[in-house]
Amino acid sequence: MSMPTKDASASEELVFARPASMVDRATHYCPGCHHGIAHRLVAELLDELELVEKTIAVASIGCSVFLYNYIDADSVESPHGRAPAVATGVKRARPDKFVFTYQGDGDLASIGMAEIMHAANRGERISVVFVNNTVYGMTGGQMAPTTLLGQKTTTCPVGRCKDREGSPIRMAELIAQLGGTAFCARGSLDSVKDIRQAKKYMRQAFEVQTKGLGFGFVELLSGCPTNWRMTPVAANKRITDEMIPYFPLGVYRDVAADGTCGSTVAGGE
Amino acid sequence: MSRITVSEERCKGCLLCTQVCPVEIIRQSERINQHGYKVTEVPAESMGKCTGCASCATICPDVAIEVWRSKKPKKAA
Amino acid sequence: MADKMEKLFVKGNEAIAMGALAAGCRCFFGYPITPQNDIPEFMSKHLVEAGGEFVQAESEVAAANMLLGAGACGVRAMTSSSSPGMSLKQEAISYMAGSEIPAVIVNMNRGGPGLGDIGPSQGDYFQSTRGGGHGDYRLLVLAPSSAQEAYDMTYDAFDLAFGSKNPVLILGDAIIGQMKEPIVPRAPKVVDPEEGGDWRLIGASKSGAGKREHRIIKSLFLMDGELAGQNMKLQAKYDAWKKLVDFETFEVKDADLVVVAYGSIGRIAKNAVRALRAKGKKVGLFRPKTLYPFPEKALEKLAKEGKRFLTIEHNLGQMVEDVRLSVRKYADSDLFCVYPGNMPSPDDFEAPILRALGRK
Repeated sequence: MSMPTKDASASEELVFARPASMVDRATHYCPGCHHGIAHRLVAELLDELELVEKTIAVASIGCSVFLYNYIDADSVESPHGRAPAVATGVKRARPDKFVFTYQGDGDLASIGMAEIMHAANRGERISVVFVNNTVYGMTGGQMAPTTLLGQKTTTCPVGRCKDREGSPIRMAELIAQLGGTAFCARGSLDSVKDIRQAKKYMRQAFEVQTKGLGFGFVELLSGCPTNWRMTPVAANKRITDEMIPYFPLGVYRDVAADGTCGSTVAGGE
Repeated sequence: MSRITVSEERCKGCLLCTQVCPVEIIRQSERINQHGYKVTEVPAESMGKCTGCASCATICPDVAIEVWRSKKPKKAA
Repeated sequence: MADKMEKLFVKGNEAIAMGALAAGCRCFFGYPITPQNDIPEFMSKHLVEAGGEFVQAESEVAAANMLLGAGACGVRAMTSSSSPGMSLKQEAISYMAGSEIPAVIVNMNRGGPGLGDIGPSQGDYFQSTRGGGHGDYRLLVLAPSSAQEAYDMTYDAFDLAFGSKNPVLILGDAIIGQMKEPIVPRAPKVVDPEEGGDWRLIGASKSGAGKREHRIIKSLFLMDGELAGQNMKLQAKYDAWKKLVDFETFEVKDADLVVVAYGSIGRIAKNAVRALRAKGKKVGLFRPKTLYPFPEKALEKLAKEGKRFLTIEHNLGQMVEDVRLSVRKYADSDLFCVYPGNMPSPDDFEAPILRALGRK
């Protein structure tokens, strides 16, 4: 991990602190919300990969629209769900820049389904951080395409029912099938071990862009204690016990590892 | 010897750090910060047990925790 | 001399694409819809050959948002569509206006509402001049009546967009887009590589002489008073556009009746006016070239001189509202509508012009 070197004394060293690319201010997020962790991982990677000076971030709609208040990189705000299209425009206009979107599950998997699928399929050289907390957070916890069966929200008050509302969408599995996807994985932010693994996935999703291999995607299972009506501790346990079994963690596509990298059709099928 | 510092301005009292400390030295204090959150702390008498593993800082959603580790004496190659 | 260029015989759509290329357009985001397909087709070949980027987007929604992204980087970028597609682009256009992103957008207006037809129409006048999407905002709206004007207006539109950090709309129709006629191209512009240097997104240096704070291009303003301040800023910008007003007049000096019409209808009306002048009728033509800002002062002046007005439009009566507002202190305007779905000819206009002329 990259750490700012603040020598407090000769005898001890600072091994964990706010990354340089993260603005020194309190976030507006609720207690236990995982956006703060995801933001920090983004900032750590921008530092470690020395990307921040060439980064253009695309913020989306939802709680994380304020990404640009916390990540110290040039940023543009996208309409709801359109971040992959906005990022496409940014990257085509400035192909030498590092471009990433940061989107929630309402944004990416519902209203923005067309934009994410086609950006992945074209193999846009962008990276997508997808925060899946199974609800629309900012608007008050309504049902999202990722809401688990039986989960109660403000718009499925008796619990999501498959016959009425359909099944939760597994985005990482879908994105992995598209020809332009170079890296696709699902991580989780519910435990220290998973957070460390998630960061490795995010690094790979960033590096397929910097290496020009194609589209990078990482889904992060995240907690929304406020809208889940849970304590942060209980919310983390819910991710472990209920979300991960339905949304399995792991790498779903890695062209660098499976040898399809460099084929004329990204993905190589 | 390792230690952590908790920024009481940033802590939102979510208590996730208290769940992941392998030596269980982090607890909720009685202090309430300006935002109304009851912040976490490591009692002074427990700090000596800190391993500097950074689990608490890793799971903290608010980057409120800094981790310090004592430098290991340099070994000859 | 660079401006001594050969004449080309092209469709209005091609003229627009050529004008954009000559103006230094670097990115084009398109989606198929009739009657504007010649524009993305031209760009997919010639813009790419010139080293630019062409993307056929998954939808008009996506194309407009790609435009937003490229514009935020300070790069000259463009999209084109036709009426149903323009409805889909309105979301991003509102965001671009709100976050002050320059862009050039072409609408080759077709008949509506709904799927309508693929023939010419001026049914999108309200959508074009009133903003079109949610919130209070305006676009600079240019209305060509020939392939040459389509070329020239597109050529100038990028400078206007960057000069005012706002989307510029070129409003044609199926006649303008599909009609083939000669144009004289202009010398390619040399675009300053530092264009937009004080606001564009290009990555924030964290050290050295270029060190700066990161920039945020956004339209969300939640702090107390912030949004009101932004709206006042936008209003001041729109007010300043009044100096950009442009229009053509034909035989208005001694006219008793002034026909007001724009775009292809303005051109057809001009022929009707010419024919009636040959018969000794005191009629003239006023053709707005900028629909927003609307040439209200020029019309008011004509009204003050005692002239009467007939607005002719290829819709159910939209611009007539602006004409009536302009002349309201001194006059009114009659209205003759060509219904979208019908193709007008100069003969169709002579009778209504004479009727209006004869009315006191």
